[in-house]
Amino acid sequence: MTTVDSAAFADSVRPDAAGWDARGAVPAEVVKAVAHAGFLAADLPAAAGGAGLGPAALGELCADFGGVCSSLRALVTVQGMVAAAVHRWGTAGQQAHWLPALARGEVLAGFAATEPGAGSDLSAVTTSAVPEAGRVRVRGRKLWVTFGQVADVFLVLAACAGRPVAVLVEAGRPGTAVEPVRGQLGMRAARLAHVRFDDVTVPAENLLAPPGFGLSHVVATALDHGRFTVAWGCVGLAETCLRTAAGHAADRVQGGTRLADHQAVRALLGRSLADVTAARGLCARAAALRENGDPEAVAGTVLAKYVAANNAAAVADRAGQVLGAAGCAEDSPVGRFFRDAKVMRIIEGADEVAEQQLGEYALRWRP
Amino acid sequence: MAGQQPVGAEPTAETILAELSGFFATATAGHTPGPDEDYFALGLVNSLLALELVAYVERRYGIEVGVEDLDLDNFRTMNRVAGFVLRKRSAGIR
Repeated sequence: MTTVDSAAFADSVRPDAAGWDARGAVPAEVVKAVAHAGFLAADLPAAAGGAGLGPAALGELCADFGGVCSSLRALVTVQGMVAAAVHRWGTAGQQAHWLPALARGEVLAGFAATEPGAGSDLSAVTTSAVPEAGRVRVRGRKLWVTFGQVADVFLVLAACAGRPVAVLVEAGRPGTAVEPVRGQLGMRAARLAHVRFDDVTVPAENLLAPPGFGLSHVVATALDHGRFTVAWGCVGLAETCLRTAAGHAADRVQGGTRLADHQAVRALLGRSLADVTAARGLCARAAALRENGDPEAVAGTVLAKYVAANNAAAVADRAGQVLGAAGCAEDSPVGRFFRDAKVMRIIEGADEVAEQQLGEYALRWRP
Repeated sequence: MAGQQPVGAEPTAETILAELSGFFATATAGHTPGPDEDYFALGLVNSLLALELVAYVERRYGIEVGVEDLDLDNFRTMNRVAGFVLRKRSAGIR
């Protein structure tokens, strides 16, 4: 188990989140505190250095963090994605080398897949990974790497003679250049970066899984894990927005009438309650499927993430309507969550990609 | 999807093949590949279904698929998967 309650930790930093967003960074000491408390890669088994959290407990952690700051939740997401990929598809040697360090936060991970010419279609990546004399030479440019400014190692999706490969590239290797990204719509404190690998060489043992399996298994495992933690983060985000809107509606009186006594406001709150409850229910279902090793967990996670992200966006939007100008203020959590929620509908599978996938799953319902 | 519970009696190549056919029939809305057809080459398996296939054989047949098993020769056709499952089970890696 982790030593500190994630809800208590999240509450303790809640007053700081707007400042992180404004300054564009979750502070380094907060990252360290998250790691020290055991919140990174917390679902790794104890033997691998983790806290052994099950999917449901990991989900609650992400909801706690997502209800305070999407960038803080993103830290847990990206570390969890890379740890999951190494845990699932690393050799015993790779697992021993990377997993305890990832769980302790001594190594921060970045997930480098998107490129100028490859995003939703990751089979189109052009970053190359060429084996040569016991090493692998990596060349290419990756975009929108969460916590890329401070990552110690990147899980890079590349192509090797036309086959997808996943390779771990340490940030300190010569030829690695990190370009900070600032001012993006949401997740502003998540230290995003574009990263260039200019003939960076790494030992051959940094390759994860054989060539050909880098996308279909390694990166797919990372993305599946990412969808799950993002989905739960959206639950937390939506619940905070609903709580804030309900408080405002109950407390604000205009002309002797509480906001909550206007039918239009009640309707906004009611729809949000339905959205929040549905998102949490689907995330709990995904957690149960994952707990059981059920093959349907992949589909269940796509569905949970799609609904949770959309519902979070809708609930944040309605919370803004209820709060009015107060939700538009510079330091308004609702305004920040509104911006973050838009990003949730894009990362780890944009809505439209998820809809295609869900459509495929829907065909399984044919009589 | 049918057949997701752990298998009871010791499966034969024929029963595994029949179950995999059922898996693909459902997953691909009827575009079931032949026993020796490469469903990756046919474009029937995206990365989500690839992960689902791994989870299916692990859960259904009580085996663990590790990185050392990631060889397309183990996974590219239903007959190959059936052979892989039987080898893993006979090796006692459950």
